[in-house]
Amino acid sequence: MNLLEVKHLKKHYATHKAVDDVSFDIQQGSIFGLLGPNGAGKTTLLRMITGIFYPDEGQILFNGKKFDPENDVRHIGYMPEERGLYKKMMVGEQTLYLAQLKGVPKKEAVEKIKYWFDKFDINSWYNKRVDELSKGMQQKVQFISTILHQPKLLILDEPFSGLDPINSNLIKQEIFHLSQQGTTIIFSTHRMEQVEEICDHILLINKGHKILDGSVKQIQQNFKQGLFKIGLGTMPNPAQMATYHFTIVQSHDKAFTVKMNEDSTTNDILLHFIRQDIPVTYFEEILPSINEVFITQVQQTENSRNNVAAAPLT
Amino acid sequence: MEKIWLIIKREFITRVRKKSFLVTTLLVPLAFAAMIIVPILLATSSSEHKLIAVVDNSQLFENKFPDAKGVYFKYLHQQNIDSLKQHYEELGYEGVLYIPEFDINRPSGFEFYSSGQASVTMESSINSDINNIIEKKRMELQGIDQSKLDDIKSDVEVTFKNGKEGKKGSSWVAYGVGYASGFIIYFILLLFGTSVMRGVMEEKVSRIAEVMISSVKPFQLMMGKIIGIAAVGLLQFLIWGVLITVIYSLIPLFVSPESMQAAAQGSQAMSQSEQAEVVRRITEVVGSIQWSLLLPCFVLYFLGGYLFYSSLYAAIGSLANEDAADIQQLTIPVTVPIIIGIMIMMKAVHDPTSSLAVWGSIIPFTSPMVMMARLPYGVPGTVPYWQLGLSFVFLIGGFMTTTWAAGRIYRTGILMYGKKITLKEAMKWVVRKP
Repeated sequence: MNLLEVKHLKKHYATHKAVDDVSFDIQQGSIFGLLGPNGAGKTTLLRMITGIFYPDEGQILFNGKKFDPENDVRHIGYMPEERGLYKKMMVGEQTLYLAQLKGVPKKEAVEKIKYWFDKFDINSWYNKRVDELSKGMQQKVQFISTILHQPKLLILDEPFSGLDPINSNLIKQEIFHLSQQGTTIIFSTHRMEQVEEICDHILLINKGHKILDGSVKQIQQNFKQGLFKIGLGTMPNPAQMATYHFTIVQSHDKAFTVKMNEDSTTNDILLHFIRQDIPVTYFEEILPSINEVFITQVQQTENSRNNVAAAPLT
Repeated sequence: MEKIWLIIKREFITRVRKKSFLVTTLLVPLAFAAMIIVPILLATSSSEHKLIAVVDNSQLFENKFPDAKGVYFKYLHQQNIDSLKQHYEELGYEGVLYIPEFDINRPSGFEFYSSGQASVTMESSINSDINNIIEKKRMELQGIDQSKLDDIKSDVEVTFKNGKEGKKGSSWVAYGVGYASGFIIYFILLLFGTSVMRGVMEEKVSRIAEVMISSVKPFQLMMGKIIGIAAVGLLQFLIWGVLITVIYSLIPLFVSPESMQAAAQGSQAMSQSEQAEVVRRITEVVGSIQWSLLLPCFVLYFLGGYLFYSSLYAAIGSLANEDAADIQQLTIPVTVPIIIGIMIMMKAVHDPTSSLAVWGSIIPFTSPMVMMARLPYGVPGTVPYWQLGLSFVFLIGGFMTTTWAAGRIYRTGILMYGKKITLKEAMKWVVRKP
């Protein structure tokens, strides 16, 4: 079931189109990566999903119904990239206040705060002022106040920036945990290694347009270039490596990176070595990293856009 | 609705809990008490006895200087003024007044010696004493009888009454009350307006705004802040009112009744009947002000003016960036009308029926200040009902317009980071679709 369906969403500013006809669906319980270079329109897109901005055109369905910001915001937890807390307020009061604004009754909110503060081992901070905490500590408080009202949709914009590896891991485990419990998570970031590790599904946008949309595995499959890593038991001579089925891209001692011919299969490659009695110690497909896909895709759209823009002049 | 209540509560509680709230709330009545008590204590403290040596070579002034306010005169005879000038302090004198022999028609050569500069009061009282004595002497010489002259002197005071009601009024009381309430409104608008602006700036710069806006509507956030701060102000007035009343009623405990009277009447003794007359006139004058109309109007103009301007200040605050210097420039268009208002108020309090005063009290930009200056002169005598009504209607319409427009600027401004926003740009947001 889709928790969120975005259909032909548009948001234009006076000078540019921040989001231009973007559609995608997010399955309940999935971790959805929203990627894009700076200024791609991610924040505008997220602000429309959180009800901060109204779309110029298009539709958002939340939980199968037309998105109603007034009531649906209580099912959304949003941690913006530029986050902040009231600096002079006590940590405990602050989390309570933010939870109450999401419609959590006071008593329930107090219990939940206690649960999470215990879990993150920050009970001693309850009566500290926010500006007495370090940035990383504030981030933890911010995370707790984002999830305290048990949102159905959790939107995290660069949740790990400014966190040390230990706290990053703590938050990451929590994200997985929430996802298993059925929380749908939109995860917006620039850091591709995190995307591969965390996300089930990604959406890549640039200049307000959707460039890519699919599961991480699917996208890697789609963008693979037929590259394989082969390890051989004995050093072959050049004649033994000559075949119709692949070309060598790189070689290092007895390890080779090869590009498979489009007509061939992996078994053709393996048979080639087996027939010559060359032992194969390993054989592995090289899948493109999301990072590579991201860079090539962004550059491609950038180029095509430039060409289009330049066309009327030529 | 529930959310806006939470916001109001937070704004209210965080402000009331601050030390600065406690300090200002307590210090103002104390300052008020000090303003009343200190002059009384000073006036009545007889600790200072100033003894002035008088060397009178003309023999005209012997025992004629009236002793007053702790200043006493001692008349010395056959004294060498030159040696006295040197040694008066050792002899226990505060100063030396030297009167030479002089021609009654061309008096000159009077001198006063003291260490440092003589005080202004001392200077003027000695001058007037000497002139009085010389005038008396001259009258004697001209054969004018002092008692006859006193009979001739006129001391009429016209009683100004409100024509329609036949009620006695006092323009001086109306002036004082009008001036004070106009000024208080002016301070409230500036002080509370900037307080709202700072609150908005803090929310924007600390980046909590976006977190908040994902839970509540921008308009709720803005109004919650405005109402919360208004509540703080009302609470403060209430505490001040109570404290001032309490302190005022406690004053007699600190100051003896005699000294109260002495302070009230100066050094001049006042007969019983005169005192009764003063009390009667004070009650009459205080009664001439329509308090039952004035106080509700004050609260309404405070709230109306505050809502009118604080939303504009909120809009300005939402345009702020990390660079606090930019905000100074942006506040000018909001601050200038308030300053114009106080200037019209100062004119209106002198001449409450001039067309400047009338229009100033109707146009919502200045009406809270100007109308409060005119109201003590009487309704409907000075301020006809239609003017008061029109002023209210415009003020209500005015603050609804400013909050609406400010809400639209605020909504966009609060999430706009990084670039400097000009007023021209902000004005476009008012008419743009959301």
